[in-house]
Amino acid sequence: MGVEEKFKQSVKGIHSLLAILLIGFISVLTILFFTVKDLASPTTNTPVISPDYVEVLGNEEDLDKIENGIHVRTGFVEGEGLMLVVQNCTSCHSAKLVTQNRMSKEKWLATIRWMQETQNLWDLGVNEEPILKYLSTYYAPNQIGRRANLENVEWYHLNE
Amino acid sequence: MERRKFITRSSLATLTGILGMDIVFGNLLPDKYIPLELQETDPLKLFGLNKEMQVLNDKPWNIEAQAHLLDDKVTPNTAMFIRNNGKIPEAIDVNTWTLTFDGESINQKKTYTLSELKTKFKHYTYQLTLECGGNGRSEFNPPAKGNQWTIGAVSSAKWTGIRLKDILAEVGIKSDAVYIGYHAADTHLSGDPSKEPISRGVPIAKALQEETILAFQMNGEDIPVVHGYPLRLIAGGYPASASGKWLQRISVRNKIHDGEKMTGSSYKVPRNPVAPGTTVKEEDMRIIESMPVKSLITYPKSGATFNLNKQLTIRGHAWAGELNVSKVAYSIDFGSTWSSCDLEKEVNRFAWQHFSAKIKFPQKGYYEVWIKATDRDGRSQPMLVPGWNPKGYLNNACHRIAVKVV
Repeated sequence: MGVEEKFKQSVKGIHSLLAILLIGFISVLTILFFTVKDLASPTTNTPVISPDYVEVLGNEEDLDKIENGIHVRTGFVEGEGLMLVVQNCTSCHSAKLVTQNRMSKEKWLATIRWMQETQNLWDLGVNEEPILKYLSTYYAPNQIGRRANLENVEWYHLNE
Repeated sequence: MERRKFITRSSLATLTGILGMDIVFGNLLPDKYIPLELQETDPLKLFGLNKEMQVLNDKPWNIEAQAHLLDDKVTPNTAMFIRNNGKIPEAIDVNTWTLTFDGESINQKKTYTLSELKTKFKHYTYQLTLECGGNGRSEFNPPAKGNQWTIGAVSSAKWTGIRLKDILAEVGIKSDAVYIGYHAADTHLSGDPSKEPISRGVPIAKALQEETILAFQMNGEDIPVVHGYPLRLIAGGYPASASGKWLQRISVRNKIHDGEKMTGSSYKVPRNPVAPGTTVKEEDMRIIESMPVKSLITYPKSGATFNLNKQLTIRGHAWAGELNVSKVAYSIDFGSTWSSCDLEKEVNRFAWQHFSAKIKFPQKGYYEVWIKATDRDGRSQPMLVPGWNPKGYLNNACHRIAVKVV
Protein backbone atom coordinates (compact mmCIF):
# COMPACT_ATOMS: atom_id res chain seq x y z
CA MET A 1 0.00 0.00 0.00
CA GLY A 2 1.61 3.18 -1.17
CA VAL A 3 1.36 6.51 0.49
CA GLU A 4 -0.97 7.70 -2.20
CA GLU A 5 -3.31 4.77 -1.69
CA LYS A 6 -3.24 5.21 2.07
CA PHE A 7 -4.15 8.85 1.58
CA LYS A 8 -7.01 7.88 -0.75
CA GLN A 9 -8.33 5.45 1.83
CA SER A 10 -8.15 8.06 4.58
CA VAL A 11 -10.06 10.45 2.39
CA LYS A 12 -12.64 7.75 1.72
CA GLY A 13 -12.94 7.13 5.46
CA ILE A 14 -13.41 10.81 6.21
CA HIS A 15 -15.92 10.98 3.41
CA SER A 16 -18.00 8.17 4.84
CA LEU A 17 -17.73 9.62 8.32
CA LEU A 18 -18.89 12.99 7.03
CA ALA A 19 -21.77 11.36 5.21
CA ILE A 20 -22.88 9.51 8.34
CA LEU A 21 -22.54 12.67 10.38
CA LEU A 22 -24.56 14.61 7.82
CA ILE A 23 -27.36 12.02 7.77
CA GLY A 24 -27.37 11.99 11.57
CA PHE A 25 -27.42 15.78 11.68
CA ILE A 26 -30.35 15.96 9.24
CA SER A 27 -32.24 13.36 11.25
CA VAL A 28 -31.71 15.31 14.49
CA LEU A 29 -32.79 18.50 12.75
CA THR A 30 -35.91 16.84 11.39
CA ILE A 31 -36.89 15.45 14.78
CA LEU A 32 -36.16 18.81 16.39
CA PHE A 33 -38.18 20.61 13.74
CA PHE A 34 -41.27 18.52 14.27
CA THR A 35 -40.90 18.45 18.04
CA VAL A 36 -40.60 22.21 18.25
CA LYS A 37 -43.54 22.67 15.90
CA ASP A 38 -45.44 20.19 17.95
CA LEU A 39 -44.69 22.11 21.14
CA ALA A 40 -45.47 25.42 19.53
CA SER A 41 -48.78 24.22 18.25
CA PRO A 42 -51.55 25.28 20.61
CA THR A 43 -53.68 22.29 19.73
CA THR A 44 -51.13 19.94 21.21
CA ASN A 45 -50.80 21.83 24.48
CA THR A 46 -54.41 21.29 25.39
CA PRO A 47 -55.87 17.82 25.21
CA VAL A 48 -59.24 19.32 24.28
CA ILE A 49 -60.89 18.04 21.15
CA SER A 50 -61.46 21.14 19.08
CA PRO A 51 -64.07 21.27 16.29
CA ASP A 52 -61.16 21.19 13.80
CA TYR A 53 -60.00 17.95 15.25
CA VAL A 54 -63.43 16.40 15.11
CA GLU A 55 -63.94 17.55 11.58
CA VAL A 56 -60.97 15.69 10.19
CA LEU A 57 -60.84 12.59 12.33
CA GLY A 58 -62.98 10.43 10.14
CA ASN A 59 -61.39 11.15 6.80
CA GLU A 60 -58.09 12.79 7.46
CA GLU A 61 -56.98 12.32 3.88
CA ASP A 62 -59.97 14.30 2.59
CA LEU A 63 -59.17 17.45 4.58
CA ASP A 64 -58.03 19.38 1.54
CA LYS A 65 -59.78 17.39 -1.14
CA ILE A 66 -60.39 19.18 -4.43
CA GLU A 67 -63.44 18.19 -6.44
CA ASN A 68 -64.29 19.71 -9.82
CA GLY A 69 -61.80 22.49 -9.17
CA ILE A 70 -63.33 23.36 -5.80
CA HIS A 71 -61.68 22.97 -2.40
CA VAL A 72 -64.47 20.94 -0.83
CA ARG A 73 -64.04 22.00 2.80
CA THR A 74 -64.23 25.73 2.09
CA GLY A 75 -65.76 26.11 -1.36
CA PHE A 76 -62.76 28.07 -2.67
CA VAL A 77 -61.75 27.72 -6.30
CA GLU A 78 -58.56 25.70 -6.79
CA GLY A 79 -55.65 27.89 -7.84
CA GLU A 80 -52.23 29.18 -6.92
CA GLY A 81 -52.36 30.61 -3.41
CA LEU A 82 -55.43 28.59 -2.37
CA MET A 83 -53.97 27.24 0.86
CA LEU A 84 -52.61 30.65 1.89
CA VAL A 85 -56.13 32.01 1.53
CA VAL A 86 -57.62 29.09 3.46
CA GLN A 87 -55.12 29.58 6.27
CA ASN A 88 -55.33 33.35 6.52
CA CYS A 89 -58.90 34.13 5.57
CA THR A 90 -61.05 31.54 7.33
CA SER A 91 -60.00 31.55 10.97
CA CYS A 92 -62.27 34.45 11.94
CA HIS A 93 -65.03 34.37 9.34
CA SER A 94 -66.55 31.88 6.96
CA ALA A 95 -65.02 31.24 3.53
CA LYS A 96 -68.47 32.13 2.23
CA LEU A 97 -67.83 35.78 3.09
CA VAL A 98 -64.97 35.67 0.58
CA THR A 99 -66.48 33.47 -2.11
CA GLN A 100 -69.70 35.49 -2.41
CA ASN A 101 -67.73 38.69 -3.09
CA ARG A 102 -66.15 40.01 -6.30
CA MET A 103 -63.49 42.72 -6.13
CA SER A 104 -60.57 44.21 -7.99
CA LYS A 105 -57.07 43.76 -6.54
CA GLU A 106 -57.21 47.29 -5.20
CA LYS A 107 -60.52 46.65 -3.42
CA TRP A 108 -59.37 43.31 -2.00
CA LEU A 109 -56.32 45.10 -0.61
CA ALA A 110 -58.53 47.83 0.86
CA THR A 111 -60.62 45.08 2.49
CA ILE A 112 -57.51 43.45 3.96
CA ARG A 113 -56.36 46.83 5.32
CA TRP A 114 -59.79 47.45 6.82
CA MET A 115 -59.69 44.05 8.54
CA GLN A 116 -56.17 44.79 9.82
CA GLU A 117 -57.19 48.19 11.15
CA THR A 118 -60.48 47.21 12.72
CA GLN A 119 -60.91 43.44 12.91
CA ASN A 120 -57.61 42.18 14.35
CA LEU A 121 -56.35 40.63 11.11
CA TRP A 122 -52.61 40.01 11.36
CA ASP A 123 -49.86 41.30 9.04
CA LEU A 124 -49.85 38.96 6.05
CA GLY A 125 -46.17 39.65 5.28
CA VAL A 126 -44.84 37.93 2.17
CA ASN A 127 -48.14 36.08 1.81
CA GLU A 128 -50.05 39.26 1.06
CA GLU A 129 -49.13 39.44 -2.62
CA PRO A 130 -50.00 35.80 -3.49
CA ILE A 131 -53.24 36.12 -1.49
CA LEU A 132 -54.16 39.27 -3.41
CA LYS A 133 -53.26 37.62 -6.69
CA TYR A 134 -55.46 34.63 -5.90
CA LEU A 135 -58.42 36.76 -4.82
CA SER A 136 -58.26 39.21 -7.70
CA THR A 137 -57.88 36.34 -10.20
CA TYR A 138 -60.62 34.00 -9.01
CA TYR A 139 -62.93 36.51 -7.33
CA ALA A 140 -62.77 39.41 -9.78
CA PRO A 141 -65.82 41.55 -10.61
CA ASN A 142 -68.21 40.44 -13.35
CA GLN A 143 -69.63 43.15 -15.55
CA ILE A 144 -73.29 42.71 -14.64
CA GLY A 145 -74.49 46.04 -16.00
CA ARG A 146 -77.31 48.00 -14.42
CA ARG A 147 -79.77 45.08 -14.32
CA ALA A 148 -79.02 41.48 -15.22
CA ASN A 149 -81.27 38.94 -16.95
CA LEU A 150 -83.22 36.62 -14.67
CA GLU A 151 -81.03 33.52 -14.53
CA ASN A 152 -81.52 29.97 -13.25
CA VAL A 153 -85.30 30.12 -13.44
CA GLU A 154 -86.75 26.77 -12.35
CA TRP A 155 -89.79 26.31 -14.58
CA TYR A 156 -92.84 24.56 -13.14
CA HIS A 157 -96.47 24.12 -14.08
CA LEU A 158 -98.69 26.43 -12.03
CA ASN A 159 -101.67 24.50 -10.64
CA GLU A 160 -104.54 26.50 -9.24
CA MET B 1 -51.95 21.91 4.08
CA GLU B 2 -49.11 19.77 5.35
CA ARG B 3 -48.83 21.79 8.50
CA ARG B 4 -52.49 21.40 9.25
CA LYS B 5 -52.42 17.68 8.70
CA PHE B 6 -49.39 17.45 10.89
CA ILE B 7 -51.07 19.34 13.71
CA THR B 8 -54.05 17.08 13.42
CA ARG B 9 -51.91 13.97 13.55
CA SER B 10 -49.79 15.23 16.40
CA SER B 11 -52.78 16.28 18.48
CA LEU B 12 -54.27 12.86 17.95
CA ALA B 13 -51.00 11.36 19.08
CA THR B 14 -50.87 13.64 22.12
CA LEU B 15 -54.42 12.82 22.96
CA THR B 16 -53.97 9.10 22.73
CA GLY B 17 -50.77 9.50 24.74
CA ILE B 18 -52.59 11.28 27.52
CA LEU B 19 -55.56 9.01 27.56
CA GLY B 20 -53.42 5.91 27.23
CA MET B 21 -55.73 4.59 24.58
CA ASP B 22 -55.20 2.99 21.29
CA ILE B 23 -55.71 5.20 18.27
CA VAL B 24 -58.79 3.17 17.39
CA PHE B 25 -60.50 4.54 20.46
CA GLY B 26 -59.72 8.01 19.19
CA ASN B 27 -62.13 7.38 16.38
CA LEU B 28 -64.89 6.69 18.86
CA LEU B 29 -64.45 9.89 20.82
CA PRO B 30 -65.95 12.64 18.64
CA ASP B 31 -69.57 11.65 19.12
CA LYS B 32 -69.40 12.48 22.79
CA TYR B 33 -67.28 15.56 22.47
CA ILE B 34 -68.80 17.56 19.65
CA PRO B 35 -70.00 20.86 21.13
CA LEU B 36 -73.78 20.98 21.32
CA GLU B 37 -74.26 23.55 18.56
CA LEU B 38 -72.30 21.41 16.13
CA GLN B 39 -74.44 18.33 16.62
CA GLU B 40 -77.06 19.75 14.30
CA THR B 41 -75.05 20.35 11.18
CA ASP B 42 -77.91 21.69 9.06
CA PRO B 43 -78.23 25.39 9.96
CA LEU B 44 -81.76 25.56 8.58
CA LYS B 45 -82.83 22.85 11.03
CA LEU B 46 -80.74 24.43 13.77
CA PHE B 47 -82.60 27.73 13.40
CA GLY B 48 -85.97 26.19 12.50
CA LEU B 49 -86.00 27.68 9.02
CA ASN B 50 -87.66 26.68 5.77
CA LYS B 51 -85.35 24.37 3.81
CA GLU B 52 -85.35 26.79 0.88
CA MET B 53 -83.75 29.63 2.88
CA GLN B 54 -80.37 30.66 1.47
CA VAL B 55 -77.26 30.52 3.66
CA LEU B 56 -74.93 33.35 2.61
CA ASN B 57 -72.51 33.05 5.47
CA ASP B 58 -72.02 30.64 8.36
CA LYS B 59 -69.49 32.60 10.43
CA PRO B 60 -71.19 34.87 11.28
CA TRP B 61 -74.65 33.55 10.39
CA ASN B 62 -76.32 35.35 7.49
CA ILE B 63 -79.32 33.66 5.90
CA GLU B 64 -81.93 35.13 3.57
CA ALA B 65 -85.38 34.20 2.32
CA GLN B 66 -86.56 33.85 -1.27
CA ALA B 67 -89.52 35.92 -2.44
CA HIS B 68 -92.01 33.05 -2.48
CA LEU B 69 -91.14 32.10 1.13
CA LEU B 70 -92.39 35.51 2.27
CA ASP B 71 -95.96 35.03 1.05
CA ASP B 72 -97.53 35.13 4.56
CA LYS B 73 -98.99 38.46 5.64
CA VAL B 74 -97.05 38.17 8.90
CA THR B 75 -93.61 36.64 8.38
CA PRO B 76 -93.28 33.36 10.29
CA ASN B 77 -90.05 32.43 12.04
CA THR B 78 -89.34 29.88 9.29
CA ALA B 79 -88.89 32.66 6.70
CA MET B 80 -87.15 35.31 8.82
CA PHE B 81 -83.79 36.36 7.44
CA ILE B 82 -80.83 36.22 9.82
CA ARG B 83 -78.17 38.90 9.81
CA ASN B 84 -75.53 38.55 12.51
CA ASN B 85 -72.30 40.53 12.83
CA GLY B 86 -70.65 38.53 15.58
CA LYS B 87 -71.07 35.29 17.45
CA ILE B 88 -74.39 34.45 19.08
CA PRO B 89 -74.11 34.78 22.89
CA GLU B 90 -73.58 31.36 24.41
CA ALA B 91 -74.91 31.36 27.96
CA ILE B 92 -78.13 33.33 28.18
CA ASP B 93 -79.68 33.29 31.67
CA VAL B 94 -82.96 35.17 31.75
CA ASN B 95 -82.95 35.15 35.56
CA THR B 96 -79.82 37.26 35.73
CA TRP B 97 -80.30 39.23 32.49
CA THR B 98 -80.38 43.00 33.02
CA LEU B 99 -80.75 46.13 30.92
CA THR B 100 -78.78 49.21 31.95
CA PHE B 101 -79.42 52.78 30.89
CA ASP B 102 -76.41 55.08 30.84
CA GLY B 103 -74.79 57.77 28.68
CA GLU B 104 -74.08 61.51 28.83
CA SER B 105 -77.73 62.48 28.53
CA ILE B 106 -79.18 60.32 31.26
CA ASN B 107 -80.12 61.81 34.64
CA GLN B 108 -78.99 58.76 36.55
CA LYS B 109 -77.68 55.39 35.48
CA LYS B 110 -80.33 52.75 36.04
CA THR B 111 -80.51 48.96 35.69
CA TYR B 112 -83.62 46.83 35.26
CA THR B 113 -84.02 43.08 35.49
CA LEU B 114 -85.88 41.38 32.68
CA SER B 115 -88.88 40.66 34.92
CA GLU B 116 -89.01 44.31 36.05
CA LEU B 117 -89.17 45.37 32.41
CA LYS B 118 -91.96 42.91 31.72
CA THR B 119 -94.04 43.77 34.80
CA LYS B 120 -93.52 47.52 35.27
CA PHE B 121 -94.41 48.69 31.78
CA LYS B 122 -97.39 48.23 29.50
CA HIS B 123 -97.04 45.73 26.65
CA TYR B 124 -97.67 46.57 23.01
CA THR B 125 -97.69 44.40 19.90
CA TYR B 126 -96.90 45.77 16.44
CA GLN B 127 -96.20 44.22 13.09
CA LEU B 128 -92.92 45.85 12.08
CA THR B 129 -91.05 45.56 8.80
CA LEU B 130 -87.32 45.09 9.21
CA GLU B 131 -85.13 45.24 6.13
CA CYS B 132 -81.36 44.91 6.09
CA GLY B 133 -79.71 48.09 4.75
CA GLY B 134 -77.73 45.87 2.37
CA ASN B 135 -80.72 43.96 0.97
CA GLY B 136 -80.18 43.85 -2.82
CA ARG B 137 -76.43 44.48 -2.53
CA SER B 138 -75.64 41.67 -4.99
CA GLU B 139 -76.86 43.82 -7.91
CA PHE B 140 -74.47 46.73 -7.53
CA ASN B 141 -71.84 47.21 -10.21
CA PRO B 142 -68.97 47.52 -9.44
CA PRO B 143 -69.76 45.08 -6.66
CA ALA B 144 -69.85 46.20 -3.05
CA LYS B 145 -68.21 44.04 -0.43
CA GLY B 146 -70.18 42.26 2.26
CA ASN B 147 -72.91 39.66 2.33
CA GLN B 148 -74.39 39.49 -1.15
CA TRP B 149 -78.06 39.77 -0.25
CA THR B 150 -80.46 39.39 -3.17
CA ILE B 151 -84.04 40.22 -2.15
CA GLY B 152 -84.71 38.17 0.94
CA ALA B 153 -83.26 40.25 3.80
CA VAL B 154 -86.65 41.61 4.80
CA SER B 155 -89.33 40.46 7.22
CA SER B 156 -92.50 41.74 8.83
CA ALA B 157 -93.19 39.85 12.04
CA LYS B 158 -95.29 40.77 15.06
CA TRP B 159 -93.16 42.03 17.93
CA THR B 160 -94.35 42.35 21.52
CA GLY B 161 -92.62 44.43 24.14
CA ILE B 162 -92.58 47.71 25.99
CA ARG B 163 -92.21 51.17 24.54
CA LEU B 164 -88.73 52.60 24.84
CA LYS B 165 -90.32 56.03 25.45
CA ASP B 166 -92.13 54.71 28.53
CA ILE B 167 -88.97 53.45 30.12
CA LEU B 168 -86.94 56.51 29.10
CA ALA B 169 -89.60 58.67 30.76
CA GLU B 170 -89.03 56.80 34.00
CA VAL B 171 -85.24 56.80 33.71
CA GLY B 172 -85.19 60.49 32.86
CA ILE B 173 -83.23 61.94 29.96
CA LYS B 174 -81.65 65.37 29.61
CA SER B 175 -82.76 67.91 27.03
CA ASP B 176 -79.46 67.59 25.16
CA ALA B 177 -80.14 63.94 24.21
CA VAL B 178 -79.44 63.39 20.49
CA TYR B 179 -79.17 59.66 19.95
CA ILE B 180 -79.48 56.31 21.68
CA GLY B 181 -76.93 53.54 21.15
CA TYR B 182 -77.34 49.89 22.07
CA HIS B 183 -74.81 47.46 23.50
CA ALA B 184 -75.38 43.74 23.37
CA ALA B 185 -74.15 40.32 24.46
CA ASP B 186 -72.90 39.01 21.12
CA THR B 187 -69.12 38.61 20.80
CA HIS B 188 -66.59 39.64 18.17
CA LEU B 189 -65.56 37.10 15.52
CA SER B 190 -61.87 37.58 16.33
CA GLY B 191 -62.56 36.53 19.92
CA ASP B 192 -61.28 39.91 21.15
CA PRO B 193 -63.42 40.64 24.25
CA SER B 194 -62.71 44.37 23.99
CA LYS B 195 -64.47 44.58 20.63
CA GLU B 196 -68.22 44.83 20.03
CA PRO B 197 -69.46 43.25 16.78
CA ILE B 198 -72.09 45.96 16.38
CA SER B 199 -73.39 48.83 18.51
CA ARG B 200 -75.75 51.00 16.50
CA GLY B 201 -78.73 53.13 17.44
CA VAL B 202 -81.31 55.69 16.36
CA PRO B 203 -81.90 59.44 16.73
CA ILE B 204 -83.74 60.34 19.93
CA ALA B 205 -86.92 61.25 17.99
CA LYS B 206 -87.02 57.70 16.56
CA ALA B 207 -86.32 56.26 20.01
CA LEU B 208 -89.38 58.08 21.37
CA GLN B 209 -91.80 56.85 18.69
CA GLU B 210 -94.63 54.68 19.99
CA GLU B 211 -93.64 51.74 17.80
CA THR B 212 -90.00 51.72 18.96
CA ILE B 213 -90.07 48.91 21.48
CA LEU B 214 -87.91 46.69 23.62
CA ALA B 215 -89.30 43.37 22.48
CA PHE B 216 -89.28 40.03 24.26
CA GLN B 217 -91.65 38.21 21.93
CA MET B 218 -91.74 37.58 18.20
CA ASN B 219 -94.96 36.26 16.69
CA GLY B 220 -96.36 35.54 20.15
CA GLU B 221 -93.47 33.46 21.44
CA ASP B 222 -90.09 34.10 23.06
CA ILE B 223 -87.78 35.64 20.46
CA PRO B 224 -85.62 32.86 18.95
CA VAL B 225 -82.02 33.07 20.21
CA VAL B 226 -80.65 33.91 16.76
CA HIS B 227 -83.05 36.88 16.53
CA GLY B 228 -82.02 38.40 19.86
CA TYR B 229 -83.47 36.44 22.80
CA PRO B 230 -84.26 37.53 25.47
CA LEU B 231 -84.48 41.23 24.59
CA ARG B 232 -84.29 43.13 21.33
CA LEU B 233 -84.67 46.76 20.36
CA ILE B 234 -87.07 47.08 17.42
CA ALA B 235 -87.07 50.25 15.33
CA GLY B 236 -89.28 49.54 12.30
CA GLY B 237 -88.64 51.31 9.00
CA TYR B 238 -84.94 51.83 9.72
CA PRO B 239 -82.17 49.51 8.49
CA ALA B 240 -82.65 46.36 10.57
CA SER B 241 -79.19 46.85 12.11
CA ALA B 242 -80.73 49.62 14.23
CA SER B 243 -82.83 46.93 15.93
CA GLY B 244 -80.14 45.55 18.24
CA LYS B 245 -80.36 41.96 19.43
CA TRP B 246 -79.38 40.50 22.85
CA LEU B 247 -79.82 43.94 24.40
CA GLN B 248 -77.90 44.64 27.63
CA ARG B 249 -77.36 48.38 27.69
CA ILE B 250 -78.78 51.51 26.12
CA SER B 251 -76.67 54.66 26.14
CA VAL B 252 -78.50 57.96 25.77
CA ARG B 253 -75.97 60.13 23.99
CA ASN B 254 -75.53 63.90 23.65
CA LYS B 255 -74.05 63.29 20.18
CA ILE B 256 -74.58 60.81 17.36
CA HIS B 257 -73.75 57.39 18.79
CA ASP B 258 -70.24 56.37 17.79
CA GLY B 259 -70.41 52.62 18.45
CA GLU B 260 -69.24 49.87 16.10
CA LYS B 261 -70.81 50.17 12.61
CA MET B 262 -72.00 53.73 13.28
CA THR B 263 -68.73 55.15 11.98
CA GLY B 264 -66.67 54.76 8.79
CA SER B 265 -68.81 53.77 5.82
CA SER B 266 -71.09 51.31 7.64
CA TYR B 267 -74.78 51.87 7.03
CA LYS B 268 -73.96 55.15 5.29
CA VAL B 269 -74.43 56.45 1.76
CA PRO B 270 -72.83 59.43 -0.01
CA ARG B 271 -74.43 62.81 0.85
CA ASN B 272 -74.24 63.73 -2.81
CA PRO B 273 -74.72 61.20 -5.63
CA VAL B 274 -71.49 59.64 -6.96
CA ALA B 275 -70.48 57.80 -10.13
CA PRO B 276 -70.19 53.99 -9.79
CA GLY B 277 -66.91 52.99 -8.17
CA THR B 278 -66.12 56.36 -6.61
CA THR B 279 -64.11 56.46 -3.38
CA VAL B 280 -66.07 58.59 -0.92
CA LYS B 281 -64.56 60.24 2.17
CA GLU B 282 -66.12 59.47 5.54
CA GLU B 283 -67.17 63.09 6.07
CA ASP B 284 -69.06 62.99 2.76
CA MET B 285 -71.27 60.11 3.91
CA ARG B 286 -74.57 60.26 5.78
CA ILE B 287 -76.20 57.70 8.07
CA ILE B 288 -79.15 55.83 6.54
CA GLU B 289 -82.37 56.49 8.43
CA SER B 290 -85.74 55.56 6.85
CA MET B 291 -85.49 52.79 4.24
CA PRO B 292 -86.82 53.51 0.72
CA VAL B 293 -90.05 52.30 -0.92
CA LYS B 294 -89.94 48.69 -2.07
CA SER B 295 -92.12 45.70 -2.94
CA LEU B 296 -91.91 41.96 -3.52
CA ILE B 297 -93.99 39.55 -5.57
CA THR B 298 -94.43 36.60 -3.20
CA TYR B 299 -96.87 34.65 -5.37
CA PRO B 300 -96.43 32.94 -7.73
CA LYS B 301 -92.86 31.76 -7.40
CA SER B 302 -90.75 32.83 -10.37
CA GLY B 303 -90.83 30.22 -13.15
CA ALA B 304 -94.61 29.63 -13.36
CA THR B 305 -95.87 28.08 -16.60
CA PHE B 306 -99.61 28.24 -17.40
CA ASN B 307 -102.13 28.29 -20.25
CA LEU B 308 -103.01 31.35 -22.24
CA ASN B 309 -106.68 31.12 -21.18
CA LYS B 310 -105.73 31.36 -17.51
CA GLN B 311 -105.81 34.57 -15.54
CA LEU B 312 -102.71 34.83 -13.36
CA THR B 313 -103.14 36.00 -9.77
CA ILE B 314 -100.15 37.82 -8.32
CA ARG B 315 -99.71 39.05 -4.77
CA GLY B 316 -97.07 40.35 -2.43
CA HIS B 317 -96.11 43.13 -0.04
CA ALA B 318 -95.00 46.75 -0.32
CA TRP B 319 -93.37 48.96 2.30
CA ALA B 320 -91.69 52.35 2.47
CA GLY B 321 -89.53 52.65 5.56
CA GLU B 322 -91.13 55.20 7.87
CA LEU B 323 -93.65 56.21 5.19
CA ASN B 324 -96.42 54.10 3.75
CA VAL B 325 -97.27 53.00 0.23
CA SER B 326 -99.96 54.80 -1.75
CA LYS B 327 -99.84 52.83 -5.01
CA VAL B 328 -98.59 49.54 -6.44
CA ALA B 329 -98.57 48.75 -10.18
CA TYR B 330 -97.41 45.84 -12.31
CA SER B 331 -96.03 45.66 -15.84
CA ILE B 332 -95.71 42.65 -18.17
CA ASP B 333 -94.01 44.63 -20.96
CA PHE B 334 -90.84 45.85 -19.21
CA GLY B 335 -92.41 49.11 -18.10
CA SER B 336 -94.09 50.23 -21.34
CA THR B 337 -97.45 50.05 -19.62
CA TRP B 338 -98.38 49.77 -15.95
CA SER B 339 -101.63 48.52 -14.37
CA SER B 340 -102.76 49.17 -10.80
CA CYS B 341 -102.86 46.49 -8.13
CA ASP B 342 -105.32 46.30 -5.25
CA LEU B 343 -103.55 47.61 -2.16
CA GLU B 344 -104.45 47.08 1.49
CA LYS B 345 -103.76 49.56 4.25
CA GLU B 346 -101.08 48.75 6.82
CA VAL B 347 -102.27 47.14 10.10
CA ASN B 348 -100.13 49.66 11.97
CA ARG B 349 -97.37 52.14 11.13
CA PHE B 350 -94.18 50.51 9.71
CA ALA B 351 -95.96 47.24 8.82
CA TRP B 352 -95.84 46.20 5.18
CA GLN B 353 -98.97 46.38 3.01
CA HIS B 354 -100.36 43.67 0.78
CA PHE B 355 -101.14 44.00 -2.93
CA SER B 356 -102.76 41.69 -5.45
CA ALA B 357 -103.81 41.71 -9.10
CA LYS B 358 -105.19 39.41 -11.77
CA ILE B 359 -103.36 39.45 -15.08
CA LYS B 360 -104.55 38.33 -18.53
CA PHE B 361 -101.75 37.77 -21.04
CA PRO B 362 -102.21 38.80 -24.71
CA GLN B 363 -100.33 35.91 -26.32
CA LYS B 364 -98.09 32.94 -25.64
CA GLY B 365 -94.47 33.47 -24.69
CA TYR B 366 -91.95 34.53 -22.06
CA TYR B 367 -92.90 37.39 -19.80
CA GLU B 368 -91.55 39.10 -16.75
CA VAL B 369 -93.99 40.50 -14.25
CA TRP B 370 -92.46 43.66 -12.76
CA ILE B 371 -93.85 45.31 -9.65
CA LYS B 372 -93.48 48.96 -8.66
CA ALA B 373 -94.58 50.64 -5.43
CA THR B 374 -94.95 54.39 -4.86
CA ASP B 375 -94.73 55.94 -1.40
CA ARG B 376 -97.07 58.62 -0.08
CA ASP B 377 -94.54 61.31 -1.03
CA GLY B 378 -94.76 60.21 -4.67
CA ARG B 379 -91.41 58.41 -4.90
CA SER B 380 -91.46 55.15 -6.88
CA GLN B 381 -89.07 52.25 -7.13
CA PRO B 382 -86.58 52.50 -10.01
CA MET B 383 -86.52 49.70 -12.60
CA LEU B 384 -82.73 49.93 -12.71
CA VAL B 385 -80.42 49.54 -9.74
CA PRO B 386 -80.41 52.97 -8.06
CA GLY B 387 -77.48 55.21 -7.14
CA TRP B 388 -74.28 53.32 -6.60
CA ASN B 389 -72.78 53.67 -3.14
CA PRO B 390 -69.55 52.20 -1.70
CA LYS B 391 -71.18 49.62 0.59
CA GLY B 392 -74.09 48.67 -1.65
CA TYR B 393 -77.04 49.83 0.44
CA LEU B 394 -80.61 50.79 -0.44
CA ASN B 395 -81.14 48.84 -3.66
CA ASN B 396 -84.90 49.20 -4.01
CA ALA B 397 -85.06 48.37 -7.72
CA CYS B 398 -88.34 46.76 -8.86
CA HIS B 399 -88.71 43.06 -8.18
CA ARG B 400 -89.73 40.83 -11.10
CA ILE B 401 -90.58 37.21 -11.75
CA ALA B 402 -90.31 35.16 -14.94
CA VAL B 403 -93.43 33.41 -16.30
CA LYS B 404 -94.20 31.44 -19.47
CA VAL B 405 -97.58 31.40 -21.14
CA VAL B 406 -98.12 28.21 -23.16
